[in-house]
Amino acid sequence: MPRLALRPLCTALSLLLAVSFAPANATKAYDPWPGLVQDLFNNRPMNDGADIVGIEMPARAEDASLVPVTLRSRLSPSDTRRIRTITLVIDENPAPMAAKFTLGPDANVTAISTRVRVNNYTNVHAVAELSDGQLYVTRIYVKASGGCSAPAAKNPDEAKAHIGQMRYRQFTQAPEAGASGLREAQVMIGHPNNSGLQMDQLTQLYIPAFFINELRLSQDDNLVLAVEGGISISEDPNIRFSYVSNGARHFSAEAKDTQGHVFQHEWPVDGSGT
Amino acid sequence: MTRLAAFFVALLMIGFAQVSQAQEALDVSEIAPGVFVHIGQIALMAESNEGAIANVAFIVGDDAVAVIDTGGSVREGRQLLAAIRARTERPIRYVINTHAHPDHLFGNAAFVQPGTIFVGAKTLPRALATRGPLYIDAFRRIMGAGLIDEVRLVPPSLLVEDSLTLDLGGRALTLRAWPVAHSDSDLTVDDEQSRTLFAGDLVFLGHIPVVDGSLRGWLRIIDALGAWPAQRAVPGHGPVSAWPAALSDERRYLDTLAGDIRGLIARGRPITEAADRAAAAERTRWQLFDDYNARNATAAFSEMEWE
Repeated sequence: MPRLALRPLCTALSLLLAVSFAPANATKAYDPWPGLVQDLFNNRPMNDGADIVGIEMPARAEDASLVPVTLRSRLSPSDTRRIRTITLVIDENPAPMAAKFTLGPDANVTAISTRVRVNNYTNVHAVAELSDGQLYVTRIYVKASGGCSAPAAKNPDEAKAHIGQMRYRQFTQAPEAGASGLREAQVMIGHPNNSGLQMDQLTQLYIPAFFINELRLSQDDNLVLAVEGGISISEDPNIRFSYVSNGARHFSAEAKDTQGHVFQHEWPVDGSGT
Repeated sequence: MTRLAAFFVALLMIGFAQVSQAQEALDVSEIAPGVFVHIGQIALMAESNEGAIANVAFIVGDDAVAVIDTGGSVREGRQLLAAIRARTERPIRYVINTHAHPDHLFGNAAFVQPGTIFVGAKTLPRALATRGPLYIDAFRRIMGAGLIDEVRLVPPSLLVEDSLTLDLGGRALTLRAWPVAHSDSDLTVDDEQSRTLFAGDLVFLGHIPVVDGSLRGWLRIIDALGAWPAQRAVPGHGPVSAWPAALSDERRYLDTLAGDIRGLIARGRPITEAADRAAAAERTRWQLFDDYNARNATAAFSEMEWE
């Protein structure tokens, strides 16, 4: 009988526990965004950014380790303001701030594409800071992948093998774009961009996070795009972007990772844009 | 007293449910003497199918039994165990996992007992460590806590570096670990007696192939795999088929995907276009095409950009 008498008490206790833990369990009801506005943006006011910047992502994260995302400026050419920075936030990721892009003042970057890890159903926010000093936010919702997709390396040994390799590619443009100096290019960096959430089987210790945290792309000495990155950027960071050429003959990239490695490369620019 | 009575009724019901569950055996067919296979439903893992979407099998030797993959839930694993026990009392000496995906090994916990050795490719423990907890979280969301809370990640204690022979008593199984292809921990099992190759997810039939390792790696090994001497193959998904004819659909899909992706990259098209266009000619030839093709294309694109 004493055991039976305990049962209602246990039930009451578990009910109490269920109530007090409800906010943590009910992920659908809990919105991390207000907290992120505080932590990442110091609670600065957020204006509607629908006319400032667009986020393009698939409705479903087909591959959790590799979800293409494009940020596109929606400022009209006649707008006197310019975009200084765009911060990409994946609300439900372990490290929500995926990247902060700083746009070169004279490079007129209008589109930035990269790939990110998305493991859960999540809102994705892009926060643009304009030259008027104001923040503008847009948001889309991305569904998690199904099946056996995980935001982890598919081929960990290969990822280690090509660490530090860098590639630059300039894409073909329509003739009129070439004449106006508009360019589209891509920089790829071989790096595992490790999440640090993985355990070493021999030592049973967590492998420290190991990722590219700084990337700076320039034409001659002028900044085109700088990126502060985190572990939400996919393995082998890949940035494709459009910008306006200043006539420079060289394009350069400098990347730094969390272990202090510096990777640098410079490529000649094809002047014709084709 | 009412509470007490209700308590005993509940106990009885739980007991009854467990007994009936233990007696419910997975539907298996004997494709060769001593070789039993359950053909999984071609579907995504869901609460309604209890994760039972992959092919699972067991082989009976003179002394012992080997299990090849355990299914997508502990419930399926228990049903496989019941199917084994309905046919033989010989001990289960080996549980072989063909790779780290949840539909193939979430049933492992049903087979944990003294004397049973879990076997996998040497890379399987790392894959389980990095992906296992993510799989459990994701599938709790998809299949519900009832099926997933009892899942345990059981890493192999016997690792296959390159190849390994297991003896079931008068019956030798040859295990072979492959370089990264479908996944980073692919393992095949060959039963020489029946000339049957258990290919795991290195072979898909009917179910669109899923690239979660390396498309280039898969295409690199496909000839060596096809040259494996066997009469029939048990794929990871799809029907038991003559070997090596069983490979031809998959080879065509992987070649088409690779060719389309290389074309898009050469023309400077963005990765998002690969998701929409690559291997579009294959759409009507596979089940679950729309669930996996965009993902295969995206992964393959990011791999082939480095060529």
